[in-house]
Amino acid sequence: MSDNSAQRIGLSLAGITKVYPGVVALKNVDLSIRGGEVVGLIGENGAGKSTLMKVLGGTIAPDSGAIAIDGERFDALTPAMATSRGIAFVHQELNAFTNLDVAGNVLLGRELKTGPLRLLDRKAMAREVEPILALLGTRFGANDPVADLSLADQQLLEIARALSMNARLVILDEPTSSLTISETQTLLDVIRQLRKKGVAILFISHRLSEIEEIADRVVVLRDGCNAGDLSKDQISKHRMVQLMIGRDLNQFYDKRDHMAKAPVLEFRNVATSAFPESRVDLSVRAGEILGVAGLVGAGRTELALAAFGIDARLGGEVLVNGRALPSSSVSASIEAGLCLVPENRKEQGLFLDFPIYENIALPSLPRLSRHGLVDHRAEARLANGSRERLSIKTSSVARPVAELSGGNQQKVVLAKWLAMNPRVVIFDEPTRGIDVGAKSEVYRLMQDLANEGVGILMISSDMEEVIGVSDRVAVMCNGEIAGILNAHELSEEAILRLAVG
Amino acid sequence: MQKKDIGLAVLVLVVGAIVALINPRFLSPINLANTANLIGLFGLFSVAEAFVIVTAGIELSVGSVIALLGVLFVDLIVVQGVPWPLALVIVLILGGVIGLLHGLLITRLRLQPFVVTLCGLLIYRGIARFYTADGTAGFSFGDKFPVLEWLVSGRTGGVPHSIIAFGIVAVVAWVVMHRTILGRHLFAVGKNEEAARYAGINTTRVIILAYVICAFLTAFSAIFFAMYTRSIHPASHGNFYELYGIAAAVLGGFSLRGGEGSIVGVVLGVVLLQILQNLVNLLGIPSSLNFAVMGSVILIGVIADTQIANYRSRRRQALALEELASAERPLTASQ
Repeated sequence: MSDNSAQRIGLSLAGITKVYPGVVALKNVDLSIRGGEVVGLIGENGAGKSTLMKVLGGTIAPDSGAIAIDGERFDALTPAMATSRGIAFVHQELNAFTNLDVAGNVLLGRELKTGPLRLLDRKAMAREVEPILALLGTRFGANDPVADLSLADQQLLEIARALSMNARLVILDEPTSSLTISETQTLLDVIRQLRKKGVAILFISHRLSEIEEIADRVVVLRDGCNAGDLSKDQISKHRMVQLMIGRDLNQFYDKRDHMAKAPVLEFRNVATSAFPESRVDLSVRAGEILGVAGLVGAGRTELALAAFGIDARLGGEVLVNGRALPSSSVSASIEAGLCLVPENRKEQGLFLDFPIYENIALPSLPRLSRHGLVDHRAEARLANGSRERLSIKTSSVARPVAELSGGNQQKVVLAKWLAMNPRVVIFDEPTRGIDVGAKSEVYRLMQDLANEGVGILMISSDMEEVIGVSDRVAVMCNGEIAGILNAHELSEEAILRLAVG
Repeated sequence: MQKKDIGLAVLVLVVGAIVALINPRFLSPINLANTANLIGLFGLFSVAEAFVIVTAGIELSVGSVIALLGVLFVDLIVVQGVPWPLALVIVLILGGVIGLLHGLLITRLRLQPFVVTLCGLLIYRGIARFYTADGTAGFSFGDKFPVLEWLVSGRTGGVPHSIIAFGIVAVVAWVVMHRTILGRHLFAVGKNEEAARYAGINTTRVIILAYVICAFLTAFSAIFFAMYTRSIHPASHGNFYELYGIAAAVLGGFSLRGGEGSIVGVVLGVVLLQILQNLVNLLGIPSSLNFAVMGSVILIGVIADTQIANYRSRRRQALALEELASAERPLTASQ
């Protein structure tokens, strides 16, 4: 890395636009970065950060706009071009090969070979990797198996891999989302080291305090557009939030006290396979929106899946309306009135190539059939009714769901469950990847449901959302409920304090 | 009918017309009846294969099951003296059991369908050869089963009963796949098994059912093949039939990734493949090129299909861009 880092990178994106059927991912976005600079890239989920990063990495070709690297202009990059010009990624989802050792991972695809048979030269590979590990101050060595490394160490491994490719621009996508506070500090120190060496760092994070601490400049995206830049002295949490959401924070939904009402969903001593030692007790009351906050990996989704019946429970009971649900039977949960709007809409919630009406009608088919045959007209009636009620924007319910925008796709998932007259709905990250306008519509739908007496459990990593929408918030940490906050106790600080344990 | 089916129907008619023009014997009653008989025989197990393919699975043991169950059926009625209706029921039940076994291995032990049914292909073929000591299972002179023979290989008004049976099976299969809840669940599981589970579908049950339906129908076709050939060489009887069935399904618009296809398509696929075989015979193309012609037509069909899909998605992209541009214009004008 020493040879190239002398030549600092100068990169700029100008007027980048990327359109998908039904959604504008990026619109005239500009971004520039130079060697020795740490730029924070922030924006809400769905603001276009990841699409922009894919343009930089060469996996997506923009529809218009220009990319300039060291004065050289491109319409689009390929992954090979991005790598050869010193752009390296550290992805949010770590993709280390746990069947290889550290050196094997770092030099993957560029293995050193020796002898006439071109066998792997493991010693030379270790010699190549050790100095990089030393620079990063890692606790692991070049020949340690990656299967044994913690998430934080795997993160450092990815950075080592980037550096071994003479990276001049390292893009860190939510690098701290699964790290503890001390691990985060180590990572920030590494970033400072790299900055001193002249490496450019693009730091994407939701954790504004980290951005405040490390960034020299902040670029804010909102709804696929540039929402504003902040120079070092302008960076403050307040300004960043303002630019991200495009308004001040004072819009709150009315909070109500539901403690007098009957619980519709109860967890009693529930243990999940992710945290077999922990026990969860929690109840959601009729008409209540209970937020569930916590860091990624705190066991929130696992709890939802154990209740819904996707995963088996290791112990305890889940009750809907006072009746215990059998373990691992999704159909029994649905019948009892429990529905789940899953985290991963496209993989778990929808059949993208199927028409909208088939997606909505799927669980209701027994009701929509006569003599075992599906009644198409009844299906269409149901779908058109949902389309009107949830204002799903489409030319026809016979169109494939894939053509809809994220927000409208989420409405289709919701429509599917509303047709089943649920008593409780679990929302897992309900607004991930959907634009701001559709977000407020989803919130309104949740409020309407709650007003009708449906209990709502909302898992969310979006602080604004948790604080703004929930009547109460349960905070999870390491598979357990670390505390429950009532409406008047809600603040970002209070939640974080409980979330980090 | 889906768009793909219409395209395929046009192709069938065009190829048929060309063959008929070049060699009018194609339309002779004898040739038509023979072709219809083959369409019926091969169609039965091709529809069976479609039920598995739509779930993103594969069934490779079709040919071996046809050999094993054919050998057993002939042995039961000729050697063991079992009344043929009872033998028929036994063979159909055995087929169902084979399908159940495959389904259980795939869902409960999470084995890959390719591996499970490949092992089935080897095992059933081996058992069939062992059972007859590699000899031939067949009818000797004087064995007479007039009712069975009339039912299975007879003709009514010149129409072979095999294609009538295929017609009935195809209609029932169409209703099941395209009009019932089970059909919806088959497509859902094939397109996205995880989402199907999240929608409350018992995916294990659906997949097992697909393999049971497939093997049951295959057993049914085994009886037709046994009565058609009348003497079964267990080393070669039914060889490559699974590939024929897969080819017909793919030609008929089924994707091996699952969740796509139609019964109308697979029926047309079977018809087209038989016309192609006929074409090879009637046009004097060396019959050794038989498989090559089939392979080339399928390849061309699949390439054309993906190219059309690419073209459509590019056009959608362009339309979306235009929409954005036109939405922007009034905005800039007002500034």
